[in-house]
Amino acid sequence: MNTLIRFLRKPIASAIVAVAVGFAVAAVVLAVAGFAPGRSFAALFQGALGRPKYIANVIIKATPILLTGVAVAFAYQTGLFNIGAEGQYIAGTIVATIVGVTFDFPAPIQILLVIVSGALAGALLGAFIGFLKARFGIHEVITSIMTNWIMLYLCNFIVSTDAFHKTNSTSAIPINPSGYTMVLPNWKRSEAGIEFLNNIPWLKDVLLKTDLNFGFLIAVAVAILAGILLARTELGYELRAVGHNRDAAHFAGINVEKNIILAMLISGTFCGLAGVLNITGISPHTITTIAAMEGYGFNGLSVAFIAGCSTVGCIPASLLFAGLIYGGMTVQQVMGAPSDIISIMIGTIVFFTALPGVMPLLADVIERRTASAGDPPAPHTEVPPELPAQDRAVRVDNGKGGEE
Amino acid sequence: MLNDAILLVGITLMYSTPLVFGALGGVISERSGVVNIGIEGMMVIGAISAASASYFTQNPWIAFLVAGLCGAAVAALHALASVTFSANQTVSGVAINLLAPGIALFACRSFFDGAAMTPIVPKLPKIFGDNAFAGTIWANLNLNVTTVIALALALALWFVLYKTKWGLRVRAVGEHPAAADTLGIDVYRTRFICVLISGMFAGFGGASMTTAIISQFTQTAISGHGFIAMAAVIFGKWTPQGAYGACLLFGCTQALVVLLGGGNIVVPSQILAMLPYFMTIIVLVLFVGRSVAPKADGVPYIKGSR
Repeated sequence: MNTLIRFLRKPIASAIVAVAVGFAVAAVVLAVAGFAPGRSFAALFQGALGRPKYIANVIIKATPILLTGVAVAFAYQTGLFNIGAEGQYIAGTIVATIVGVTFDFPAPIQILLVIVSGALAGALLGAFIGFLKARFGIHEVITSIMTNWIMLYLCNFIVSTDAFHKTNSTSAIPINPSGYTMVLPNWKRSEAGIEFLNNIPWLKDVLLKTDLNFGFLIAVAVAILAGILLARTELGYELRAVGHNRDAAHFAGINVEKNIILAMLISGTFCGLAGVLNITGISPHTITTIAAMEGYGFNGLSVAFIAGCSTVGCIPASLLFAGLIYGGMTVQQVMGAPSDIISIMIGTIVFFTALPGVMPLLADVIERRTASAGDPPAPHTEVPPELPAQDRAVRVDNGKGGEE
Repeated sequence: MLNDAILLVGITLMYSTPLVFGALGGVISERSGVVNIGIEGMMVIGAISAASASYFTQNPWIAFLVAGLCGAAVAALHALASVTFSANQTVSGVAINLLAPGIALFACRSFFDGAAMTPIVPKLPKIFGDNAFAGTIWANLNLNVTTVIALALALALWFVLYKTKWGLRVRAVGEHPAAADTLGIDVYRTRFICVLISGMFAGFGGASMTTAIISQFTQTAISGHGFIAMAAVIFGKWTPQGAYGACLLFGCTQALVVLLGGGNIVVPSQILAMLPYFMTIIVLVLFVGRSVAPKADGVPYIKGSR
C-alpha cells in the first residue's frame, strides 16, 4: 500500500493516468460515433508499431516536435512562454534551404554549415523576441504570435522568388544532396547496398522505405544537454532564478535582461535546429508554400506539457505524440473514423496533465483511509487540513466586524 | 480617394469583428485572474456550432446563441481545471486548443458525411438589409450586424468592469484574490463565471466568422484569430476599450493589405501580408511599451495559502 501511495505522489503517475484517461475519452467518443473502440485502438497500435518502417516513421516524426518541445520546456523553466516555436522552426527551414541550395561543399562541411546557419536563424529570431521583452517590456506572447505569421509569409515569399522557386510546383528547389543527413543515403540505393539489405528484411524496410536520419539522435542529445544546462550549470541557475522571481534575481546581482534574451536565444536555437533537421533529413528537402501553421511549434507545446516541462521527459512524450499522430492515420484508413479523434485524445491527455495536483490528493485520501483502518500510518509529510487555522481566524474576525 | 476611405473603414470593421469578440473574452477572463490561451479553441467551437446550427435550424440568430453556449461549454472545462482544481492555466488552455479543432472536425465529419467543411449556411443580416446600396461604394459601409453587437459588447463590458459592483469584484479577484476573499467575495465562483463568459464571447467570435463573413465552416475558418485576439488583450493592456482599439488597428492594417494589394504596387503580396504583424510590433515598441498584467493573472487561487 505504501508503495502505491509513494507512486501516486510521483509526477509519472499523473502522466500515466492522463494517457489512460485520454484513451478512455477517445473510446467513448468513438463508441458514440459508431466505431468499435477496441478495433480502432488495435489499428492505432498496428499503424504506429506494426512494422519496422512504421516505427522508423514515428521516430522521424518525433524529431522536430522533440526539439520544439525541449525549446518550450526550456523557456518555460526560465519563466518565458515560447509560443513562437512555430516561427523559429520556420526560420530554421528557410535559412537551411537558402544555404543548402546556394552552397555545395563536401558533405561534412555542408551539413555542418546548413545546420549551424539554420539553428542560428532560430536563435536570432528567439533573441529578437527576448530583446523586445527585456528592453521594451513587450510581452513575448504578442511578439511570438506576430513573428510566427511573419515567418510563414517570409517562407512563402522565398518559395516564390525566381532564385529559389522550383518550376511547376509549390515548393522551392531542394537543397544539394551533400547536405542530406539520412542514414547511408547513397549506399542504400547502390547495388551492393540493396544486395546486402535483401538479406535483412526489416532493415531493408526501414532504410529503403523511410527517410531514417540522424536527426533523432541529435534531438535526444539536445534534450539531455538542455536538462544538464538548466540543472547543473551556473548559467542554468541564473536563467531559472530570473524565471522564478525576477526581482529577487535582480537583487541578487543577476543581469535579468541578459538572461531573458539568452533564454529565448537558446530556446530559438532548438526550434531552428528542428527546422533544419527536417530539411536535411526528410524529403522533399526544401520549403513549400504553407497556407496555415503546420503545428510544429504548437505540438511542441503539447509535448513539453505532457512531459511536465522536463526537457528529458520530452523524449518519451514526443515519441508518444508522434506515435499517436502517425498511428491515427491508420485508424482513418482501416476504420473510417476521422483521424481527428487523435487530436481529441491528445487534447485530453494534455488537459489531464494540467491537473498534477489530483494524484497526490488521491494518495492522501488512500493514506488517510489506510491509517484509519488500523494500518501503521505511512511515514510521510503531514496532510494540510482543508481550512488552515489563519484562514479560519480571518473568517471569524470578518464575522465580528460585520456585527459591530 | 473617398472610395478608398470607405472601403478601408468597411474592411477594417469586417476583419476586426471576430477578433473583438475573442479579445473581449480574453479581457474578462484575465481580469478575473485566469489566463485564457484557449480563446482560439473556443472560437473554433463557436464557428462549427454556429455553422451547424444555422444549417439545421435555418435560423442564424439561433445559431449565434448556440455558438455562445457551446463556447461557454468548452470554457467550463477550462474553468473546471484552472479554477476548481487549481491546474496550470496555460497548459489547460493549450489542451483546449488541441481538443477544440479535433472536436470541431470530428463533429463536422460526423454531421456532413465525412466532409471537412459545412455547406453554405444562412447568414446573419446586414444592418441596412442585405441588398441596400447594392452596387455602390456605400455597400461597404453596410456592416454585418455582428460588428454592431461587438461594439455594444465592448461598451457593456467596459461599463460592467468599471461602473458596477460586480466589475469591481472581478478586478479585485484578479489583482489580489486573498484580499477579495477576506471581504467575502467568492473567488472561485467569480472566476468560474468570468471564464464561462469568456467562452461565450469567443463562441460569438467564431459565429461572427461562419455566419456573417464566410457563411460556412472550413478547417481554416478560424486560423490564428484567437491568438491575435490574445495578443490584442495584452496590447490593449487588459482593458475592453484597449483591446477593441488593438483589434481595430489590426483590422485596419489587414484592410491596407487588401487595398494596396489591389493597386499597381510592386511589393510582392507575401511581403505585404506581413504588414499587420510588423505594424503591431512597431506600434508596441514606439507607443505602447510595458504592459502590466493583472497581478494574480495566471496564478491559481488556493484558499488559505499566502
